[in-house]
Amino acid sequence: MNAFLTKETRQRLARAHALQWGLLLLATLLLLAYVGPYLLNQDPLAVDFDQALLAPSLTHLFGTDDLGRDVLARVVHAAATDLQIALVCVLLPFAIGTTIGLLSGYIGGWVDAVLMRLVDILWAFPFYVLVIAIVGSMGPSIGNMYLAFTLVIWISFARIVRGEVLLVKNAEYIQAAKVLGYSQLRIVLRHVLPNVITPAIVFMMADVVLTILAVTSLGFLGLGIQPPTPEWGVMISEGRNFILDAWWISLFPGLAIVYVGITFALLGDGLDDFLRPKA
Amino acid sequence: MITSTSQALLEVSNLQTRFYNQHQAITAVDGVSFEIRQGEVFGLVGESGCGKSATCRSLLRLFGGADARVSASHIRFDQIDLATLSEEQLSNVRGRQISMVFQDPMTALNPTMRIGEQIAEALRRHDGLSGQPLRDATIALLKAVGVTSPQERLRAWPHEFSGGMRQRVLIAIALACKPRLLIADEPTTALDVTIQDQILKLLLRMRREIGLSVLMVTHDLGVVAQTCDRVAVMYAGRIVESGDTRQLFRNPTHPYTQALLAALPTLSGPRHKLKPIGGEPPNLADLPSGCRFHTRCPQAVERCRVEDPQLRHVAPGHLSACIRQEEWAC
Repeated sequence: MNAFLTKETRQRLARAHALQWGLLLLATLLLLAYVGPYLLNQDPLAVDFDQALLAPSLTHLFGTDDLGRDVLARVVHAAATDLQIALVCVLLPFAIGTTIGLLSGYIGGWVDAVLMRLVDILWAFPFYVLVIAIVGSMGPSIGNMYLAFTLVIWISFARIVRGEVLLVKNAEYIQAAKVLGYSQLRIVLRHVLPNVITPAIVFMMADVVLTILAVTSLGFLGLGIQPPTPEWGVMISEGRNFILDAWWISLFPGLAIVYVGITFALLGDGLDDFLRPKA
Repeated sequence: MITSTSQALLEVSNLQTRFYNQHQAITAVDGVSFEIRQGEVFGLVGESGCGKSATCRSLLRLFGGADARVSASHIRFDQIDLATLSEEQLSNVRGRQISMVFQDPMTALNPTMRIGEQIAEALRRHDGLSGQPLRDATIALLKAVGVTSPQERLRAWPHEFSGGMRQRVLIAIALACKPRLLIADEPTTALDVTIQDQILKLLLRMRREIGLSVLMVTHDLGVVAQTCDRVAVMYAGRIVESGDTRQLFRNPTHPYTQALLAALPTLSGPRHKLKPIGGEPPNLADLPSGCRFHTRCPQAVERCRVEDPQLRHVAPGHLSACIRQEEWAC
């Protein structure tokens, strides 16, 4: 750790308590998602009607569902799937939205006008309506989900970054960089980008939470991951029919979503403190 | 008007800068001419809004997003006419030939880059240095501008530096590409007086050591007296008087310059009441007819209302734009 973190970075990390907790929860989450399935050694797809709808016990810690599948195994297996989808669904729009926001704000003029009217148009649609329309019309698949989320979410990043660029682009230090005759590319990448990216990163963390909820909601509606692949939203949806008799089928994937939500909320809050240079 | 001398590094002739917004066009700089000689510190002094900053920004065409148009008979810098250069050609002049130090050191450094990196970036562009030689050059430059223990300061962030230290760093960055002319746009306005003195001495030392020419923009006559060889006084977008600093301070001929000097406290001589200049500088969108100063001028006569005064020699190298000058000379 000491080898690649400077003393000062460690000091800043030591002050950012939210970030520490977020990282701890994230590490636990990743461990459960990627190592958990091997430790558990339980097939999340194994159907056993003799074991159906068993309440949580020592053999099945989270109980079993209507097909006798182990809920713990399914929750743990679903973690990797949900995390991967959420990350791609956030990183793609983050990259595209940041680039467009940066160019739009920095170049200005008609480029900015055209791009921002496009953003306004997309902004006018309710988020879920647009995602459901895209996935619904193109058919439920992971690829289409990536496409739908990218098309819908990039506008948030573009707006955030553009707003920051407008604040920064006439700052004296940008003027100073121009006085030194630096190239436009250098000014944008080295002087503008680092000063506008923090809010986008913080928003990205909040967006992971929203995206996980959206992905699981799509699963719940039958438009996301298709059964029998374990996925939290699908599991909650399936457990709905048994909610009074077998609450554990829906509760545990629900708690998993809450856990992920808290993790990324803490990361976002912590990164905000950590990345923002103190004035 | 102004006679060109062979050693003129920068010769500005009839510079006009207009700012546009949705409603109106404002001529912030209206027919300004001056020259700066090799190794000279030239002062541009005047009240806020008189066009001194606009003048120096016009040279490099940097207006921070404002819609401004620059025209001039010529802006000759060492054989090149800056007024005819394209944006791309001009960016080769920026930094390498002409550099600039800004007014507010608190905002002129990139807050997300370490001090050393910001200086190194400029050095790398100019000399193509890298690795240890780049590091050594960065340290040498920091030392040259008087930053103590430069090795440890390389990794510091701008927010860890005080205003005076930041201004030193900015000067170091501006000098990294070894420019021949440094535009200092109110370099000490945001600093307290002791730091101001240090920064001005630093600029004068750099002038001595590397033969730098400096265009010093300021509203502070004390700064002018301390640093400038020659000075031009601006009022409402025009130069009203220019000349050798000593001569101009000892024998101000334009009523505006006289009024500026009378408004300054002095330590020596008999005590007298400070005389502020009555009224306010004119609105550039709605200039008075005739002499632009006549509304506030204690010596204004009827002619001042109609006649637009031109700069005329009152002594060798000393120009003044006041029609009453001729009456007094006779």
